[in-house]
Amino acid sequence: MPTVAPVDVDGFVVRAGFLKTCAYFASGEGGITLSGSGERTLQPHKAGLLAAVPARDGKALITSGDDGCIYLNGTDGSSELLAERPRKWIDLIASGPSGAVAFASGRTAWVRLADGSEKEFAHERAVGGLAFAPKGLRLAVSRYDGATLWWAGTVGAPVELSWKGAHLGTSYSPDGKYLVTAMQENALHGWRLTDGQDMRMTGYPAKVKSFSWSVKGRYLATSGANAAILWPFFGKTGPMGQAPLQLGTRGDNLVSAVACHPKEEVAAVGYQDGMVLMCRFEDSAEVLLRRPGKGPVSTLDWDTDGTRLAFGTETGEAGIISLED
Amino acid sequence: MMSVTQDARTQIPVTVLTGYLGAGKTTLLNRILTENHGQRYAVIVNEFGEVGIDNDLLVESDEEIFEMNNGCICCTVRGDLIRTVQNLMKRKGAFDAIIVETTGVADPAPVAQTFFMDDDVRASARLDAVVAVVDARHVLQRLEDTEEAEDQVAFADVILINKTDLVSPEELANVEARVRSINPYAVLHRSERCEVDIAKVLDRGAFDLDRILSLDPHFLEHGVHADACGPDCDHDHHDHEHGHHDHDHGHHHHHEGGTHSVKSISLRAGDINPDMFFPWINQVTQVQGANILRLKGILAFKDDPQRYVIQGVHMIVEGDHQRDWKADEPRESRLVFIGRDLNWDVLKDSFQACVAE
Repeated sequence: MPTVAPVDVDGFVVRAGFLKTCAYFASGEGGITLSGSGERTLQPHKAGLLAAVPARDGKALITSGDDGCIYLNGTDGSSELLAERPRKWIDLIASGPSGAVAFASGRTAWVRLADGSEKEFAHERAVGGLAFAPKGLRLAVSRYDGATLWWAGTVGAPVELSWKGAHLGTSYSPDGKYLVTAMQENALHGWRLTDGQDMRMTGYPAKVKSFSWSVKGRYLATSGANAAILWPFFGKTGPMGQAPLQLGTRGDNLVSAVACHPKEEVAAVGYQDGMVLMCRFEDSAEVLLRRPGKGPVSTLDWDTDGTRLAFGTETGEAGIISLED
Repeated sequence: MMSVTQDARTQIPVTVLTGYLGAGKTTLLNRILTENHGQRYAVIVNEFGEVGIDNDLLVESDEEIFEMNNGCICCTVRGDLIRTVQNLMKRKGAFDAIIVETTGVADPAPVAQTFFMDDDVRASARLDAVVAVVDARHVLQRLEDTEEAEDQVAFADVILINKTDLVSPEELANVEARVRSINPYAVLHRSERCEVDIAKVLDRGAFDLDRILSLDPHFLEHGVHADACGPDCDHDHHDHEHGHHDHDHGHHHHHEGGTHSVKSISLRAGDINPDMFFPWINQVTQVQGANILRLKGILAFKDDPQRYVIQGVHMIVEGDHQRDWKADEPRESRLVFIGRDLNWDVLKDSFQACVAE
């Protein structure tokens, strides 16, 4: 039987997950609650926290806030200031290889390398999302009317991917072959990077705000419908011409967050009413992990073993769900 | 695009300040922020602000117009506002209301449409009113020079005619008449250095269907104009209501000598057939939405004991039942449009075709 251990968080849970075995909960009010052996709360930002993402090595949490600061927060309670853009709200960050961190505000994105050097990438229109490629210092910036692929470590001409409209959150497939963006319209857009082939994934009743790639990158699970929508990315043509899987269908509630299990073809699915289900791809079998609560599930993530799931909601409810006793 | 409005109690109110550079937007903003009212504001300003603003929660935001991929040229939203409102919602306890200060040349429509077209924004925030600040000394020239100035006046729910100390009473009367000719439905206040009772600017509920009371030109002012102008005000509040009694003939409030072309029209009828009306209003807003800046209506549907109210911005229209018609209230349908290059005669005739048999 899954058990839920609540964690006290003050405010909108922007991101929850694990740094090795230590659970973290980053709140919009600025607090970062670490729950490992005992609980402690860090407060590196002067005011609100806008984004959080674990470092690639899984040892620290990178956070950004409306104080224009980007911090690297360790499980030992340390907070190191990585970069600062006074008066800017830094609401997008991405973690890359070898300690690289990308961040953005308005129309500009920056990459900070581990040696402290920074590189600026200007765009004509608003930046909507950031993602590093799985290999190499390749940064994808989703923007209005498409996406731009920059080389962050060397000088090289960027690749421009065009598709009309505002592109928001973005993600590379784990094999690096596809780039997917969520759009202002209720749709996903994708590009096959080998030949620039466009893919449109539509039919969502709401905006897609949460993505998660399944084990070996076979499926991309997404929020934004009354079921978790999983697009198949195996085979030569990816999701083109294929129907997605629909897991955890509910008549009266939209999926607000998804997290694929790190080892099995299973996904955790969070809903607007705070409920969390675990759904198996093969037969759509469902297990209830959390009953409905006070507000929408805003974040979900598994630990590396896939035995614990951290969750948070917009109304400050948070906790750790353990699959094993 | 008919839909029922969200529950206003859970949505953060948003006031949009428009007006040309130098009209006094920032002065008004600072007055709102410093007045002792116990409200905490999140303030969104554009990057060109030159006057200091003293507020804890202050965001600079580059105006980003997003076109929606639905084939409609007037379906635009402000992408930066969507992003900023979403970021603000991560600190929901830190403020009670949002104020958006736009650039002097901003088109107010995408700002307003953001609060109707983006589901996430709509779920968390509601547009309270668009407030235009105009400079009494320069507004007439601005209105001649630019379409933006005219749009800002036409679009506003509240218009603050500021710097009245810099013009003569005759000049002020001219300014008011010109402003009224573009927008007879806004509430108008005069001020020096934006000294106005803040309660007349905030919490207007201008887009709130429950608060559409009547559609007489500047109806709200009847209750407040005495203290807006002072009891000894000698200004004739009715001299600019030219053609007020011609409404049932679809009189066009417009300035004959104007360079630009914003006009307002008021349509009247008795009981309306809803089966005719809804296809008609949808068609009108689909086809002519780009030219319709604002529309509001109170409708009496045949055999329906309740008033039906609608309001719209360009192609977006929303409507709902409001309350029962009162016993002493004439069941009259009224619909007003403020727009540019609209064929008023066609509108009037096609509206008349919706009258119940």
